[in-house]
Amino acid sequence: MRSLARFREVGVLVFLALVAAVTALVEPRFLLPSNLRNILLDTPLLMIVAMGMTMVIISRNIDLSVGAMLGMSGMAVGMLFKHYPGFPVAPGVLLGILLGLLMGAVNGTLVTWLRVPAIIATLGTLSAYRGMIFLISGGRQVDPNDVPLALIRLSQTSPIGIPWLVIFALSITVAVYLFLGYHRRGRAIYAVGGNPEAARLSGIRVNATIFFTFVATGGLSGFAGVMYASRFGFVNPAQTGAGFELSVIAATVIGGTQVYGGVGSAVGTAFGCMLLAVVSNALTITGLSGQWQLAVYGAIILAALLIDSLIRGRLGRAAEETA
Amino acid sequence: MRRRLPAALALVGLIAVFAAGCKQEKPSAPPPGASPGRPATGDAAPAAQKYRVVYIPKNTGNPYFDDIIAGFRQASGELGFEFDTVAPASADAASQIPFIKQQIQRGVNAIAISPNSPDAIKPALKEAMAKGIQVICVDADMPGHEEGRTAAVLPMDFDETGKSQIELMGSLIGYKGEIAILSATTDAPNQNYWIKGMQETLKEPKYKEMKLVAIVYGNDDPQKSLIEAENLLTRFPNLRGIIAPTTVGVAAAAQAVETAKAADRVQVTGLGTPNQMRRFIQNNTVQKFALWSPKDMGYLCAYLIDGLVKGTIKPAPGVSFTAGSLGERSFRDKNVVITGPPVIFEKSNIDKYNF
Repeated sequence: MRSLARFREVGVLVFLALVAAVTALVEPRFLLPSNLRNILLDTPLLMIVAMGMTMVIISRNIDLSVGAMLGMSGMAVGMLFKHYPGFPVAPGVLLGILLGLLMGAVNGTLVTWLRVPAIIATLGTLSAYRGMIFLISGGRQVDPNDVPLALIRLSQTSPIGIPWLVIFALSITVAVYLFLGYHRRGRAIYAVGGNPEAARLSGIRVNATIFFTFVATGGLSGFAGVMYASRFGFVNPAQTGAGFELSVIAATVIGGTQVYGGVGSAVGTAFGCMLLAVVSNALTITGLSGQWQLAVYGAIILAALLIDSLIRGRLGRAAEETA
Repeated sequence: MRRRLPAALALVGLIAVFAAGCKQEKPSAPPPGASPGRPATGDAAPAAQKYRVVYIPKNTGNPYFDDIIAGFRQASGELGFEFDTVAPASADAASQIPFIKQQIQRGVNAIAISPNSPDAIKPALKEAMAKGIQVICVDADMPGHEEGRTAAVLPMDFDETGKSQIELMGSLIGYKGEIAILSATTDAPNQNYWIKGMQETLKEPKYKEMKLVAIVYGNDDPQKSLIEAENLLTRFPNLRGIIAPTTVGVAAAAQAVETAKAADRVQVTGLGTPNQMRRFIQNNTVQKFALWSPKDMGYLCAYLIDGLVKGTIKPAPGVSFTAGSLGERSFRDKNVVITGPPVIFEKSNIDKYNF
């Protein structure tokens, strides 16, 4: 199973290189350092949340509420900065993460102990959290001059030149990679997703494992919410995080994580996120007209999945024959 | 049965939350005409019914519309009508239709609306007009569908908008160099009209050394707008200026220029709100930008509605009326009323504004 997953990572990488090469041929400025920097900055928010989503999907569940959790935590922390100017950034970020963990715990409780199917439970909390954003904000956005400069700097600079935001996203990716690959609890997520009954019989606490994936995703979404304020300089009740779950799920699935559970990897998801960022950058930098962009974006995602599925079909047959 | 207990408890909890939520809604209003008479404020005005006005912005959470609402509220305090505002969460074409229908049901006397899509909402608005409800477009009109509203209150003379934006940019870059436009959606009627005006203006001799190299669309989505703005900086190394005639776009363009530390070579201007742009003005990322006063627009619209409901204003081109502290305004062609010239915001005056 692991070698199969690894092969799929290569598939995404090849497709990523292909899109990049074609774009660079059409528009050489794609390769300018300033443009590569743009792509680098478009990936982290997606990557941070997709790392959580990868764990949730591997455990044979799904979390549709990530965009709403991101918006909720961004709004709550943004309002904190607005009403208490000078509130230090680090505790603000921590509060955002805590709020995310809490919302994730609600999702986890619904899915495990209250036995609501994940797709329904998180569809519900998606609306509930989004509604709460409107309630706490009164429908008003947090404006750029309410966001502290120190927070904005996190997505612009760091002592080593690469913005902190990128460093955070890469660190989280490495952490999730190590956790899923080598930690007992991480391996348990694969077991639960692969065969819940077998996992239970082998002594894995299935509910606790699933609960953990939702809480982790909540915390990561909460963190991403505060980082959204850093990157974009404002938080809007209707727009922040709206529809974000779709990009996150797309990136995760493109990265080789199987919606049936049991298969997936942090590295694959990271490539999936980069592919989405490269594609949306390619569409704008080649000057494709606005009316075409959405359709072409969708077509490229479908192509990525199709190629992937073809490769997998071949491999699956080959595996059966050798077995 | 034991297994079902947690789910049942959760259900009971949800119902309780729902019930609590419902309680907060206003009690259903009495039918129109049944409300007791109440003298309008203002000594000379005759005693009038306390009539009801609703404003439907394009979507919620947009600070621009919050300011229009503030204007309505101020006027409702002065004129003594009952004011309410409802809006869809997103600015989709059809999203306002259920809100219009709901307000017709409620029996309001006037609907002020900033239309998302004239095509989509015209039938609902005509239904409202057939029931005697005054329908006023605010901020954006319904070109070609004027029969779906009584009158329209527009921010400024739109024939001047494009020209004034080009002049503003020209003054910032010495009337020379490559410029680009970051707009809202490809089908946004206001923006497209202004962009046409910008293109016309650029043909004048004064602006012959300014070259429009690209028009891109950020869909009024902050993330998409930011990506488009950053790509403009990459695609056009000699770019001197970005004009963003949309509040979301101009803030995103400023953010892109600030992040790329490009303020010394690229000027950003456009239509923005002071609160969204204050930081960029203070740190010299942006020198100047413009906007009319959305608050004045709401205030003016409220006074127009007051006159229409009471029958003291008969809309026709050339007819003028007094709009409270704003003074006199008059109807133009197609019953359009113009709020006034835009304000240019810069470091010296931005602290006087809070919207």
